[in-house]
Amino acid sequence: MANMAKKTREPLLHIAKRDDMPGWKAWLIRLAAIGLGFLLIGVLSSLLTGASFGKVYNIMFTGVFGRLLKGNTILLWRFLQRAAILLCLALAVTPAFKMRFWNCGAEGQALIGGLAAMICMIEIGDKVPHGVLLLIILACSLLAGAVWGMIPALFHAKYKTNETLFTLMMNYVATQIVAYYVVLTSAGSGSNIIKPVPYGNLPILFGEEYFLNVLLVTVLMVAVYIYLKYSKQGYEITVVGESQNTARYVGINVKNVIIRTMLISGAICGVAGMLMVAGTDHSINTNTMGGQGFTAIMISWMGQFNPFIMAGMAGLVTFLKTGAAKVADTFFLNSSYSDIVSGVVILFLVGCEFFIRYTVKFRHSKKGGEAR
Amino acid sequence: MKKLIALLLVAMMVFGMVACGNNADDGESLKVGFIFLHDEQSTYDKNFIDAAVEACKNMNVTMVQKTQIPESKACYDAAVELIEVEGCNIIFADSFGHESFLMEAAAKYPNVQFCHATGTQAHTATDLKNFHNAFASIYQGRYAAGVVAGLKLNEMIDAGKITSEQAKMGYVGAFTFAEVMSGYTSFYLGAKSVCPSVTMDVKFTGSWYDETKEKQAAQALIDGGCVLISQHADSMGAPTACENAGVPNVSYNGSTAAACPETFLISSRINWVPYFEYMITQVKEGKEIDVDWTGTLETGSVVLTDMGKNVAEGTKEKLDEVVKGLKDGTINVFDTANFTVDGETLTSYMADVDFDAEYTKDTEVIANGIFQESKFRSGPYFDIEIDGITLLDRNYG
Repeated sequence: MANMAKKTREPLLHIAKRDDMPGWKAWLIRLAAIGLGFLLIGVLSSLLTGASFGKVYNIMFTGVFGRLLKGNTILLWRFLQRAAILLCLALAVTPAFKMRFWNCGAEGQALIGGLAAMICMIEIGDKVPHGVLLLIILACSLLAGAVWGMIPALFHAKYKTNETLFTLMMNYVATQIVAYYVVLTSAGSGSNIIKPVPYGNLPILFGEEYFLNVLLVTVLMVAVYIYLKYSKQGYEITVVGESQNTARYVGINVKNVIIRTMLISGAICGVAGMLMVAGTDHSINTNTMGGQGFTAIMISWMGQFNPFIMAGMAGLVTFLKTGAAKVADTFFLNSSYSDIVSGVVILFLVGCEFFIRYTVKFRHSKKGGEAR
Repeated sequence: MKKLIALLLVAMMVFGMVACGNNADDGESLKVGFIFLHDEQSTYDKNFIDAAVEACKNMNVTMVQKTQIPESKACYDAAVELIEVEGCNIIFADSFGHESFLMEAAAKYPNVQFCHATGTQAHTATDLKNFHNAFASIYQGRYAAGVVAGLKLNEMIDAGKITSEQAKMGYVGAFTFAEVMSGYTSFYLGAKSVCPSVTMDVKFTGSWYDETKEKQAAQALIDGGCVLISQHADSMGAPTACENAGVPNVSYNGSTAAACPETFLISSRINWVPYFEYMITQVKEGKEIDVDWTGTLETGSVVLTDMGKNVAEGTKEKLDEVVKGLKDGTINVFDTANFTVDGETLTSYMADVDFDAEYTKDTEVIANGIFQESKFRSGPYFDIEIDGITLLDRNYG
């Protein structure tokens, strides 16, 4: 008898899949997760610095947005600029991800796009009228990024090479090419630096240096949304992502879709590189993209491939990085602090997906069962 | 949906209230903004950060820092933020590559003073009255550290561990350009002044901070028969490699005795407190800051750390004597009588002192039989390859 009871005993906890959660509730959970994450970093920071909660958040906020109340918008624009570049890269990888093609090469594709812009600025900058030069820069960056994205796609389509590794490796190749070009151009200066080039800089609109960058990425965001959701090609991407066999069955040329999508993905990365080189730094080095191509992968996932949610996520991550850097500078902490802060919030955000997709059930006790 | 909006509003309000908390801390006192390439994890930047904290405390001014600022537009942006948002009156940047970006900011804000360590362009940028370079005659410190290294080599020779021909040192440098070349040459000359048979191999990493590369370069030098290592790069790479291999190390930027107790000999470093205090005083009193400021052993800008426990016997006495000689001018590091180039003694040398894109050799720098380092500008310009030193590779950056 006792033996029998043991056999049928349920574990204390068990996990069950759920897909009945309404969207608004899921978002409430996510918001709560972000809130909890912020609470935890507040506690951590207070313990580390001895400063009050409010002070830490205050420093974080002013570090990101500056003295907004006094009409000082410099930092606000920089925040928008940083978030825009990150979003641009996330927009770039999203079509590929939706197709289940793991493009981990955004960093390199953007770097090559930026290099193309840099070469145009240096080599023909003083020979061509400004307007024409900008068009050439745009074309070259698009093309360079697209080619860099297409190479792994071609190999994947023809020889079934692993795209994750291939795109990852292409990053190193791009970095080395940029390193070579920088050494070539800056030889003898004692530091690997190309001085800011005065030609081919993106125009300053409404007196804001980064207005055009932010505007272009916003347009791109809407465009990618429409492309993925409403265009035929966007639908093909979804089908290939769901099942390649289904795609073949309904007459979609899977290889073509993969190559075409990676062309687009790479080209958008090229735009991001151009925005960094022609629109921001007016120079290039191996660290111009600063690892954002990898952060973008996370943004794309956390945004569930929806460009508008991705914009929010890019804003959140940028806020965390910039704000944490300010706190670190104020209290003489080092860069690890900033990593911890973003890590904590992102962990909460990713972790809460578990509670959205699964439900945790406790064991029903015998008594409880009978009473029911 | 309503709940969501309500929640968002509440969150925004709470955030807004917190953010508006205390914004009125703008005093009238002087604010100094510091731009650092890395943070305290880099020995190079730590040296600047510690000095900035000390100087600002001594002078009773507010310090604002921005760490992790790469040598790119980010440096210009950081300067703008320090001025426009933080209200700084003086901006200081610590890395060689910050220079051109800092100069751009200097042109935009003529009423703010910009000071830059290790740079070379201030004396030729005559239209930028508010841009200044500063450095220290660290070659004096390296020479003295070289003496400590030479004595250690002598000890190894006397103990029969190596022959005098095997007295080969290794040096890990960042780039093949004047600042580094001046540094390793003075180190070598210091060692040679007590151990005449010494030779030296040099390897370059092509980066000011790359722990892996510095470690590998040091290991390669050790494998190549170097029995003592020194470096001019900013990570713990070379000292760590030395500690692991049990090879004596002359460090830079500060003592590494804590991490490398067995192999640490001595370290030279630049103490930036005197310069920071000078720069703040000048601004406080409304006086001009020198276009090129060179600190020395005498001004307290060049300092030697305490020695490690395994230095050769009698080092302390010899070191005191050398430091005294450097201070009173009886020892000149770059005395042309002490080195040869292709077997010849130098009588004339044109160095690239003034900045231009073609690196023109524009100034005669040998006078009275001495290479006049850091006289025509604070940043070093000794870039001669002398006999006894072998460059295993080159990296011009």
